[in-house]
Amino acid sequence: MKLIIAYIQPYKLNDVKQELYKREIFKMSVTNALGCGQQKGYHESYRGVDEEVNLLKKVRLEIAVNDGYVKPTIEGIIAGARTGEIGDGKIFILPLEECIRIRTGETGSTAIG
Amino acid sequence: MDAGSLKIALDTLWVLVAGFLVFFMNLGFAMVESGLCRVKNTVNILAKNFIVFGVSSLAFYVIGFGLMFGNGNPFWGLEGLFALTGADNSPATGDAYKGAYTALSWTGVPLAAKFFFQLVFCGTAATIVSGAVAERIKFKAFIFFTVLIAMVIYPIGGHWIWGGGWLAELGMFDFAGSTVVHSVGGWSALAGILLLGPRIGKYKPDGSPRPIYGHNLSIATLGVFVLWFGWFGFNPGSTMALNPDAIAHIAVTTNAAAAAASISATITAWFLLGKPDLSMILNGCLAGLVAITAPCAFVSIPASIIIGLIAGILVVVSVLFFDRKRIDDPVGALSVHLVNGVFGTLAVGLFADKEIAAKIGTDADALSNGLFSGGGFQQLGVQLLGVASVGAFVFLVALLSWYLLKKTVGIRVSREEELMGLDIGEHGMEAYSGFQVFTNM
Repeated sequence: MKLIIAYIQPYKLNDVKQELYKREIFKMSVTNALGCGQQKGYHESYRGVDEEVNLLKKVRLEIAVNDGYVKPTIEGIIAGARTGEIGDGKIFILPLEECIRIRTGETGSTAIG
Repeated sequence: MDAGSLKIALDTLWVLVAGFLVFFMNLGFAMVESGLCRVKNTVNILAKNFIVFGVSSLAFYVIGFGLMFGNGNPFWGLEGLFALTGADNSPATGDAYKGAYTALSWTGVPLAAKFFFQLVFCGTAATIVSGAVAERIKFKAFIFFTVLIAMVIYPIGGHWIWGGGWLAELGMFDFAGSTVVHSVGGWSALAGILLLGPRIGKYKPDGSPRPIYGHNLSIATLGVFVLWFGWFGFNPGSTMALNPDAIAHIAVTTNAAAAAASISATITAWFLLGKPDLSMILNGCLAGLVAITAPCAFVSIPASIIIGLIAGILVVVSVLFFDRKRIDDPVGALSVHLVNGVFGTLAVGLFADKEIAAKIGTDADALSNGLFSGGGFQQLGVQLLGVASVGAFVFLVALLSWYLLKKTVGIRVSREEELMGLDIGEHGMEAYSGFQVFTNM
C-alpha cells in the first residue's frame, strides 16, 4: 500500500480528476495548500502597486492505493496536471503502514479498495 | 411660490428621487451577479457592473438620449441628437412645449431631470447583459458591447415605444420598460451567450448540465432586496410626476407582483427540485418585478398578484429549460429579464383595465382593455407585435455586434484564464485576498 501525495496547480484539479476517473481511481482527498518550489512566487497588484507573493496557491491531493494502482495514479496525475510550464507541481510516494475503514473495521488492502 | 412652480418642484423632486433609487439598482445587480458566480470571478463581475454605468452615462449623453427621444422618423430620433443640444423649453408640457424632445413633453420637469431618469434606465438595460455572459467574457469586449447597447441598441428600441416611434403610434404600452429595458437587455444577453458558449465544466460529456454554485448567497440576497427597493423608483417613478393616486397604486402592484412571484417560485422549485432553492426564490422575486414593470399602471391589484404568480412559475421552468438547451446563463438573467420581460409586456394585453387606469390617471385613448377585462385581442395583438419586432431587431443587431467583436478583439478568455479565474487573469487581483478559498472550482 502506498500513500501518494501530489501538489498541483489549483486550476488543473478538474483535469487531474478526470484523468484519474478514466483510470478508475475514484477516492481522493483534496485540500488547499500554499507553497513554493522553483517558481518562488508571482506578482499581484493592489491599488496599482506590485507586490511579490511568495507562497503560491496549490492543491494537495492525497490518494491511498494498493501497489497495483500506483502506476496508473501517477500517470493520471501527470496527464492532468502537466503543462510543461514551471509550477506544474510534484508527486511524493510514501509507504503506507496500515489502513482501517472506520465503519466496518476492515484493514489493509480491503479497506483501501 | 405659486401652485404651478410648486408642482414643477415636487414633480422634479419625485423624478430625481426615483432616479436615485433606480441608480441604486446598480448595486443590486452587482451583488446578485457576484453572489451567484464563483469566488474566482468576483472582482471581474464587480468591475463590469461598475464600468457599465460609467460607460452608459457618457454614451447615453453623447448620442443615446437624442436617438431615443429626439423628434425624428418612426424608427429613430433626428433632432437634438448630440449631448442634449436640441432646443427645449421644459418644463412646459403638451402644446406649450417647443423643442426637440416632444416625446417627453407630457412630463413637466426640467430637461436635465428627464435625461437623468432615462439615463438610469439605460444603465439598467446595459447591466443586465453582464450577469448572463459572466465568468468567461473578456473585460474589453464587454466594455465595447456596453458602448454599443447604450449608444445605439437601447435608444433605437426605446424610440419605437417611448420616443414617439411606430409602436407608440400603434398603441403599444410598456409603462416602465418590460420590453424597452428588460427584454432589450435579455435579447442582447442571449446573443452574447450563443456566441460565447457555455462555461468550461458546465456540461458533462453526455451533455447534461452540472450545477456551478454561486459563492455567496448572503450577497445575492442583499442584491435582490436592493433591486426590490430600487424598483419602487423604477415603476412608480415612471409616472414622472408626483401623482399621488398613480404612484401609490403602482407601488402596491409592484410589491404585490414581487411577493406573489417569490411565493410561486418557491413552490415551483420545491415541487420540481425537491427543495426550496434560494437562488430560485431570489430570481422569482426579480421575475415578478420585471413582469409587472410594463402593466403596473394599468392593472388592478388582484391582476398584479396573478401576473406575479405566473412570473414566478415561468422563471423556474425557464431556468431549467435554458440549462438543458446548453444556453449557459450563470445568474438566470435570461429567465428573469427576457422571458418575463416578454410575459410582462403581453400581460398588458391580458390584464389592462381602463377603469383602473382612468381612476389613477394613467389612462390613454390608445389603450384598450385587456383580454381578461373584456377588451378582446386588440391590445394583446399590438403588444405581441411590439415584443416580436423589438426582439427581432435587438437580437439581430446584438448578434452582429457580438460577432464583429468576436472576430476583432475576441470575446472569450483563454481556457487557462477561465480555469484560474478572471480576477487574476483580467485584473491581477482577488476579491477575498487572505481567505482560504477553492479557486479551483
